[in-house]
Amino acid sequence: MIEFAMHHAWLVPLLPAVAFVIIVFLTRPWPRLSSAVSIAFMLASFVTAALAAYGVFTDPHFKHHPLIYTVRWFGMQGLNIDVGIYLDPSSAMMIFMVSLVALLVQIYSTGYMKGDPGYSVFFSYLSLFAASMLGMVLSSNLLQMFVFWELVGLCSYLLIGFYSFKISAREAAKKAFITTRVADFGLLLGILAVQIIFGTLNFDELTQMAPNFENYTTAGMMTLIAVLLFIGPVGKSGQFPLHVWLPDAMEGPTPVSALIHAATMVVAGVYLVGRNMFLFAEVESALYLVAVTGAFTAFFAATIAVTQREIKRILAYSTVSQLGYMMLALGVGSLTASFFHLWTHAFFKALMFLAAGSVLHALHHKADVWEMGGLIKKMPITGWTFVIGGLAIAGIPPFAGFWSKDEILLAAYQSGHYFLFLLASITAFLTAFYMWRMIFLAFFGEEKPENHPHESPANMTVPLVVLAVLAAVGGLIGTPSTPLWQQWIYYGHPHHIEPNVIIMLSSIALAAAGIGLAYLLYVRDKEKTNAKDLARRFQPVYKLLYNKYYIDEMYQWFTRVVVDGSARITYLFDIYVVDGIVNGSAAITKGLGSVMRYFQTGKVQTYALVFYMAVLVITVVLAFTDASSSVLVMGGAE
Amino acid sequence: MPFDYSLITTELIVAALGLAVLVLGLIAPENRQKGLGPITVLGLAGALAAAVLMWNVQGELFGGMFVVDKFAYFFKVLFLSAAILVTMGCTQYVSNMGVHGEYYSMMIFAVLGMCVMASAADFITLYLGLELMTISFIILAAVNRTDGRSVEAGMKYLILAGLSSAALLYGLSLVYGMTGTIMIYDTAQLIVAENISPVLILGLAMLVAGLGFKVSVVPFHMWSPDIYQGAPTPVTAFLAVGSKAASFAVLLRLFAAGLNGMAGTWAMLVAVLAALTMVIGNLLAIPQTNIKRMLAYSSIAQAGYILVGLVSANEAGIKGVMFYSFLYVFATMGAFVVVAAVYNKVKSDEIEDYAGLAQRAPLLAAVLTISMLSMAGIPPLAGFVGKFYLFKTVIADYFWLALLGLIMSMISVYYYLRVCLVMYRDEPKENTPIEIPGNIAVVLMVAMLGTIILGIYPGPLSELTNTAAETFFLH
Repeated sequence: MIEFAMHHAWLVPLLPAVAFVIIVFLTRPWPRLSSAVSIAFMLASFVTAALAAYGVFTDPHFKHHPLIYTVRWFGMQGLNIDVGIYLDPSSAMMIFMVSLVALLVQIYSTGYMKGDPGYSVFFSYLSLFAASMLGMVLSSNLLQMFVFWELVGLCSYLLIGFYSFKISAREAAKKAFITTRVADFGLLLGILAVQIIFGTLNFDELTQMAPNFENYTTAGMMTLIAVLLFIGPVGKSGQFPLHVWLPDAMEGPTPVSALIHAATMVVAGVYLVGRNMFLFAEVESALYLVAVTGAFTAFFAATIAVTQREIKRILAYSTVSQLGYMMLALGVGSLTASFFHLWTHAFFKALMFLAAGSVLHALHHKADVWEMGGLIKKMPITGWTFVIGGLAIAGIPPFAGFWSKDEILLAAYQSGHYFLFLLASITAFLTAFYMWRMIFLAFFGEEKPENHPHESPANMTVPLVVLAVLAAVGGLIGTPSTPLWQQWIYYGHPHHIEPNVIIMLSSIALAAAGIGLAYLLYVRDKEKTNAKDLARRFQPVYKLLYNKYYIDEMYQWFTRVVVDGSARITYLFDIYVVDGIVNGSAAITKGLGSVMRYFQTGKVQTYALVFYMAVLVITVVLAFTDASSSVLVMGGAE
Repeated sequence: MPFDYSLITTELIVAALGLAVLVLGLIAPENRQKGLGPITVLGLAGALAAAVLMWNVQGELFGGMFVVDKFAYFFKVLFLSAAILVTMGCTQYVSNMGVHGEYYSMMIFAVLGMCVMASAADFITLYLGLELMTISFIILAAVNRTDGRSVEAGMKYLILAGLSSAALLYGLSLVYGMTGTIMIYDTAQLIVAENISPVLILGLAMLVAGLGFKVSVVPFHMWSPDIYQGAPTPVTAFLAVGSKAASFAVLLRLFAAGLNGMAGTWAMLVAVLAALTMVIGNLLAIPQTNIKRMLAYSSIAQAGYILVGLVSANEAGIKGVMFYSFLYVFATMGAFVVVAAVYNKVKSDEIEDYAGLAQRAPLLAAVLTISMLSMAGIPPLAGFVGKFYLFKTVIADYFWLALLGLIMSMISVYYYLRVCLVMYRDEPKENTPIEIPGNIAVVLMVAMLGTIILGIYPGPLSELTNTAAETFFLH
């Protein structure tokens, strides 16, 4: 059974893909059947993934020898492209996590999307989304990964813009697609460069070749490749400065946000960098770029989140921030810490998004946390699971987030990048503060009389409870006393970092301080005068943060002035020069076509004449141009 | 050495089938004639199975005049597949014509001729197969004897095919005269670049003309639009696929193997002819208003692309020709079966009568679209991969040819998409749906899936063509 699952791991992405096809072509008219198909196939996919993961994690052989199955897709001299699966501890962990979260999100959606006219379509998209992500994770080479990577992008576009009657949703979908496409171009260039220089795109071959890359190329070229490859993840994983699409992505239905922010899409970038660690590890400067980008993004997004008011927007910026953590961990060379955080983050972030969805469901899509309050009494399951998520992300032991965040801080500290470590620590404080600001405002304090919240149905709360359990205990497999995670998922050799008690205690202290400050400002102080006072006193800073550093406005300005301006110039060029050439050549082509038609008389005589004329012409031309022509033309004279 | 009949199993089955159908067609009562279609399909399927099973069997008969190698089997599988598809897809069209026995038996004899051509390793066998095929097609073109255009097509084909046969025969006799042998693989040893005489050049020109006629290479193409348009649609389809592929098989044997020593002389000529064919075929397809005529020009253009594979005359080129010929079966059969199905209902082949086809018969519109996009070479359809393999072989030495091929492919998108536009955008003149019988639906699905699968996953066929191309030079 386990053997079967491992050797047929391609079923993991294929099953949801089949569900997509079935729903689109067969069951679309019957919403309930469609969701049943979707969930059944997702369940089968999850079971396969779980069995395969179990198989990988019970045999230490796979630590160094990934299970690879490939078939030749197409090939010719110098370019051979395979498709296949690449099953190692990292990808096994990913398929388990992705299929689990996707399954829970689908179950949750049966409640959340109930009665929506696009119910079936929604489930087909969810299936395709999961299939693309799972396919990407299992890819055995860069091109295959790119194909699925783009599919992930397409699905996110479809799902973010799912409420296409809303202008904001359409705009957000376009923004997500275009922003990530810009980044994907860099990635594509990187892949091309890899193919040109190494002559292969297969991970196993590249892993062998990368350490002695001097045989193939220079350090400068290698840096260029790494940087180009990194541009893709910057877009997909919402790193500064291409993070702008991620907060807007919440325009999609909330289950989609959970899927995008937790299990699929955004972690694709982190995974891609992790998968190509063998390239990045060779170039110090590229790795440093990753670390700095990550740390800055983490801090930058956290500061924005402090002032936001909409529940999903706060969560979105927290995602950006947490992704920054993961990148930082990769940048300081710790695949272990990065993927560990990816793993725990998937659970608590999916939990919080789904819980937020439950809140919005109850409050009829009133999103401002300031208008909520005391929800925990009417919505105990949603509220308390959200609290668990909040504890996990803030980094309170023994919840999952603490262990993985500690691992990252430790890795940053040990790598000697003290400034980045400091930035990450401040972010930890900010994270605890803004998360608990949101929780205190929304779930505690006084109830608002105009709200009539009610707990969500079981098909929505059960996934919350499952995720809450995972968010609570998911980190226990990587604690200093039980370092299972560290023994399995690593790059190069396992990290045996001694636990640093000071860092551990200081991170707990920072988290506690953040929660405490939030408590003081938003619970003790009933009228919130201090909070408002602070906002007023630091008006410019507050406005800057509230408006997200005006990055969107900057992009808009850039688009309006530079892009539109140059577009206006090229427009004229297009109208007069390009169109002129195109229309001209089209007219010539058509004209030639109609002129030559007249040779087609329909008369057999003409045809025969042309036939023999051609024979004559060919003979004469050949006779005069061929090497032996002297014999003929000169009448055989030497 | 005893005569090994097993080597000609495929031909024996086809010949027996042809005779049986001919006799059955004469004695079967009028209302049972329809049964000949399924019999033909089953018999050809048997021959196809034999050809597939014998894939690894190799050998020679008649002292090397008839060779059985993977190259030959590949083409036999192709002819038989095409014949099965066209017979299955057009039974209704044939019943409407009211001619059964003659049609089916001639179809089978044409297949027999093609099979002989694929295996022919000497001039006589080659000519025998070619004439068997051609004469069958002449009858087939005129088979709808109540339709004036069909008779006219048959008549024209008779005259012009005779003309081309004369040229071919003359060319063969000149080569024989210079070398003293009719065996293709012996010729290869006798003709080397140093001893090319003017007579050989004249012979070469004659051969190019004779075979160029069959594959409709410009300027020997002029017959094809008239005959494609006038002949009954299934005949046109089979003419476009089978006759062309068989002639390419012969062309490869004759030029890439037999006259390989003269490659320096004919490579440029073939390159120029390929270029001309691509240009004229594509340009003349643009103003057409009749879909069969448009497809005829498109088929001329396709011949130009395939001819590119001959220019390099090496294994890669042969592989390209074989690969493209095979995918061309699916694309062309898909397109022509749609045309026949539409004709059954609408009684017209004019493109404007395809308006709103997407609403009346979504499957027909989809298959026609996919087939045409494949011919245009749009990824991920099979045509893209095929063109890729073909153009790749000349990119080093004849870059201009590859570039021209790309440009012409782009131009071809225009006239293909024009049909799609009519089918999908325009409102239908009448709204009655066009019902698609099961057998036609099967053929359409096979054609469509074949086109898509070969495009997405060309690996297996590519390997097959590789091994087949390897056996080609092993004589």
